[in-house]
Amino acid sequence: MKVAVKEDTTAFAKEIQRKCGQDVLTCYQCRKCTMGCPMAFRMETKVNELMRAIQLGLRDEVLSADTMWWCVSCETCATRCPQGIEIVEVMDVLRETAIKEDYYIPVESIEAFHKVFLRSVEAYGRLYEMGFAMDLNLMLKDPLKDADLGPVMMAKGKLKLRPHKVKDLKSVKKLFENVRKLEESRV
Amino acid sequence: MKYAYYPGCSLESSAKEYDLSIRACCQYAGVDLIEVPDWICCGASSAHATSHLLSIALPAKTLVQTEKMGLHQIIAPCIACLTRLKVADMEMEEHGDLKKDVETVLESTYKGSVRVRNILDVFLNDVGLEKIEKTVTTPLTGLKVACYYGCLLTRPPHIAQFDDVENPHSMDDLMRAIGAETVDWSFKTDCCGVSMSLAETDVALELTNKVLEGARDAGADCVAVACPLCQSNLDLRQKAIGNKFGVFYDMPILYFSQLMGLAFGATTTDVGLEKVIVNPFPVLGAI
Repeated sequence: MKVAVKEDTTAFAKEIQRKCGQDVLTCYQCRKCTMGCPMAFRMETKVNELMRAIQLGLRDEVLSADTMWWCVSCETCATRCPQGIEIVEVMDVLRETAIKEDYYIPVESIEAFHKVFLRSVEAYGRLYEMGFAMDLNLMLKDPLKDADLGPVMMAKGKLKLRPHKVKDLKSVKKLFENVRKLEESRV
Repeated sequence: MKYAYYPGCSLESSAKEYDLSIRACCQYAGVDLIEVPDWICCGASSAHATSHLLSIALPAKTLVQTEKMGLHQIIAPCIACLTRLKVADMEMEEHGDLKKDVETVLESTYKGSVRVRNILDVFLNDVGLEKIEKTVTTPLTGLKVACYYGCLLTRPPHIAQFDDVENPHSMDDLMRAIGAETVDWSFKTDCCGVSMSLAETDVALELTNKVLEGARDAGADCVAVACPLCQSNLDLRQKAIGNKFGVFYDMPILYFSQLMGLAFGATTTDVGLEKVIVNPFPVLGAI
């Protein structure tokens, strides 16, 4: 079968390369990434399929895919890629771009996870584990999730009831603010 | 041997026993840990998924603080923290523009003089197996340990620069040096599901079930880990795994440092043995 590609489809792959240095165009579909991926069983679009879609310049399809939201950054794919593509860095770029451009995120719970996590770090300077778990459950509308584990962990002294605020919270807030400012200035 | 010490958020609460046992082992092995004052979270596992700049700036603040302490090596026992600190150091060295951005964000400069060290690497290569063997007063003879390395101890190899990426043996070497037996098994570097355990618990149970099954089939008495998320995912939800898959493993999940501390003569409280969920006392009873 002859496939005629009439336009240059490599712009998206080049955008990714500019953002993280990874050249997805070198992928030749050996599928080692998908074969070793512990999360492949949950992905609608498998890792190798995503790589191909990037090569074809299917920007919208890629940025609304579920792949990067199931990816747990275990680095198995990147370690085994014969072309040396650091696939997790590609996933990070896709996640960051999808968020910044307001794409629909198909795995709602993971989006909530990141939001609540960073909110806790910005508020206290450190992750307040118990507050984080409770906020996440509220956001997922499942307030009693893991309620049985709370007392078990508490009895073992594994849960701190109060957040540990760092002393120099000002510099943490400044760090977050400065990141936002710098990123906005580059849009 | 003096090192800056970065416990990280988990070691303050859910992984308190990792902190206790690392401090105990270091004391026996002559490793001086000086905690980074007022350290902040490294951002794992959310910063790198949402903002590259933030993911470098957060750990970079700790690197800057380490330089201010006048120290040139930092130990982060949590493997996620370790990786984020390493990535920050390496990326700032490679990319001048990024380093400039980070310095603007932090409003301070980073000279790049800090080496980020993996705690297993410190025990193996700075302390050395010979000294570790000599420090043992209670060898863990007869205990069969499945050493579980998880993802980031060896991956990605250009960041971790440690051990064999598919079949690591550093933790096995340490466990044998303290008198334990280690089992051969195929799940050493499989993923435990990391943060999925909170957001998508079912998915994490699929993965942890396989790891626990592998350890049981290899005849292990317990699993040794070096990462707070590996520990809590494997330890905390064995009941849920039992309910879902019909198999109750009752497999103790211990930090390698808890076993090492015990072998060095620390008490069970010194290494926080009471804090793990699946009761480890029966398999350790004879020791």
